[in-house]
Amino acid sequence: MNFDRIRDKLNILADAAKYDVSCASSGSNRTNSNKGLGNASKMGICHTYTADGRCVSLLKILLTNHCIFDCAYCVTRKSNDVPRAAFKVQEVVDLTINFYRRNYIEGLFLSSGIFKSADHTMERLVAVAKKLREEENFNGYIHLKSIPGASDELMYEAGLYADRLSVNIEVPTISGLKLLAPDKKHEDFTKPMEKVKNEIVRYKSERKIIKSTPKYAPAGQSTQMIVGASGESDKDIMYSATYYYKKYHMKRVYYSGYVPVTQDSRLPSIGSEVPMLRENRLYQTDWLLRFYGFSIGEILNKQHPNLDMDVDPKLSWALRNLHYFPVDVNTADKRLLARIPGIGMQSVSKIIKARKFRKLNWDHLKKIGVALNRAQYFMVCESRDWERRDLDADKIKGMILKNSKGKFRNQYSTQLSLFN
Amino acid sequence: MNTSTTLVYDGSFNGFLTAVFVAFDEKINVADIQKNNQTQSGLFSDSETVFTHVEKAKRVWNGIRNKSNNAISSVYFAFLSETEGVEMMLYSYIQKLMRTKNGKYLDYSDPTVLHIAQLAKKVGREKHRMEAFVRFQLTKDDIYFANIEPDFDVLPLISKHFRDRYADQKWLIYDVKRKYGIYYNLDHVEMVSLNLKDIHHNKTIKSDAFTTEEYEYQTLWNNYFKSTNIASRINPKLHTQHVPKRYWKYLSEKKEAV
Repeated sequence: MNFDRIRDKLNILADAAKYDVSCASSGSNRTNSNKGLGNASKMGICHTYTADGRCVSLLKILLTNHCIFDCAYCVTRKSNDVPRAAFKVQEVVDLTINFYRRNYIEGLFLSSGIFKSADHTMERLVAVAKKLREEENFNGYIHLKSIPGASDELMYEAGLYADRLSVNIEVPTISGLKLLAPDKKHEDFTKPMEKVKNEIVRYKSERKIIKSTPKYAPAGQSTQMIVGASGESDKDIMYSATYYYKKYHMKRVYYSGYVPVTQDSRLPSIGSEVPMLRENRLYQTDWLLRFYGFSIGEILNKQHPNLDMDVDPKLSWALRNLHYFPVDVNTADKRLLARIPGIGMQSVSKIIKARKFRKLNWDHLKKIGVALNRAQYFMVCESRDWERRDLDADKIKGMILKNSKGKFRNQYSTQLSLFN
Repeated sequence: MNTSTTLVYDGSFNGFLTAVFVAFDEKINVADIQKNNQTQSGLFSDSETVFTHVEKAKRVWNGIRNKSNNAISSVYFAFLSETEGVEMMLYSYIQKLMRTKNGKYLDYSDPTVLHIAQLAKKVGREKHRMEAFVRFQLTKDDIYFANIEPDFDVLPLISKHFRDRYADQKWLIYDVKRKYGIYYNLDHVEMVSLNLKDIHHNKTIKSDAFTTEEYEYQTLWNNYFKSTNIASRINPKLHTQHVPKRYWKYLSEKKEAV
């Protein structure tokens, strides 16, 4: 192995792959039953974190950053003047195995720019995964990026070797896609998703009858969209996400605050700030939809097309729906408890366990880990000092903001600072 | 007045369980349970040395497990925290547990129960971190070797994880602080105690114990780590929260930091 050349390629092709948010290595359950190398667990492991605080769990690289497309948001776009490189199939295999043996990674995340054609590229991605599984006896996690427009046959094969497949729809709206990625069609993204979804469903039902049916993309599909590049509202983004969760059974939708990488009149200019807070609010909303039993229309609708930046979406919903509150922590059912701002799912299950023994008061709740600074305005418990029921939404919001400090607070404070 | 007794055990988990057995069996009024190398006699208590007895330990183990699987792992994890005085806390926890009808419904508003759960959680976090932060280096004898220095004694907890994962390579994980390691010889994992002369931090000085290729891969990994950072999103506070500084000296991606 020529280490100098590999190092140069790795620098270029890791750098180009870093804008992909997904690094999950969880949700699969490939056991090491053949005395081979590796396994994939339900939980997943982050082996390190980048200086920007993101988890590094997979070797995330592009096979190549040569690309025939010219998508405005992409650092690898044809018209961008950057150094180009390409890995050979065997080189990716060697890197993966040697990193894995040293416990640096949980597996491989392989994406690619598109050289020649979608199928030509997809074929190589599949070849890497096949070699790892069949020649190296590798049971670790493999995430393959589907190339938009790849054929059904290749998508089928990819699912046989990969734990997860994903195709990034990148732009949440079809009109935005037309503007920013004129070479790509919406169907190029959705067709591979449809194929994979159908195969997963088929394999699952076969597994019910024949236990030895091989695994097909056991960790499912995910997708990613860029936030803040094409002027869409939070409502556009979340309705689009909900559509992909429902229609294609996505395991995850990722939201990636747009990092300006090229100068283009259609996009925010280089140097404009990455919308990190907005990204954070979108993830909070995503969680509310998936784990807290909220429906999308409750959080985002015609009257509220965008999320509040100064409070989290659950608190924002609660302030608009004060008639549901206060909730009695000692009697309310799980669904209602989960709707109290400041109470997370972990606290919900602790509360339900603890209240079998005694009625809970402020002290108990504090110890359990409830964020009382928010929760206190929306609940009653076994304490007498509850006399705040006549407060209106603005007052509550004001008091919560006054008594809390968020890391993003300086970004939206309306209070002018005298001495700045 | 009932005289109370301090039970002295050998420091092993089985030893501790035996002490619990003896206390229950002989209805002893326990003043304290202490490791034999750090005993402190109380003014008004006798002390009694307990000899580790695997059968007795097993009965306590099974007794706790029958109450709840969750409880047995809490007890074991909390014990490995090596916290001062954890034995008495565990003893009182086990007493409470035995009094319940169903160990699944422990009262988390009880300070002892909460404390044990929190200790177990801390140890669990450390276990998970060690599964992530072990960095093997390939020696010339074809053994993947790693030094670790965890806050808690987690080697017994991570053994299965590494055995399941690296079934086709020989490996050795050595705890610098506690001076013992676990070694997998392609068949099973055994405990080894050695006195290592060199502790292998990720220094730039190369040791000839390792293959030359080893350092090439460390450099690749180190470069990869840098290439994946997005400069416009840099967040050092979040970074150190996830990768606490005390682990850096053993991480190959953090070479420059030492």
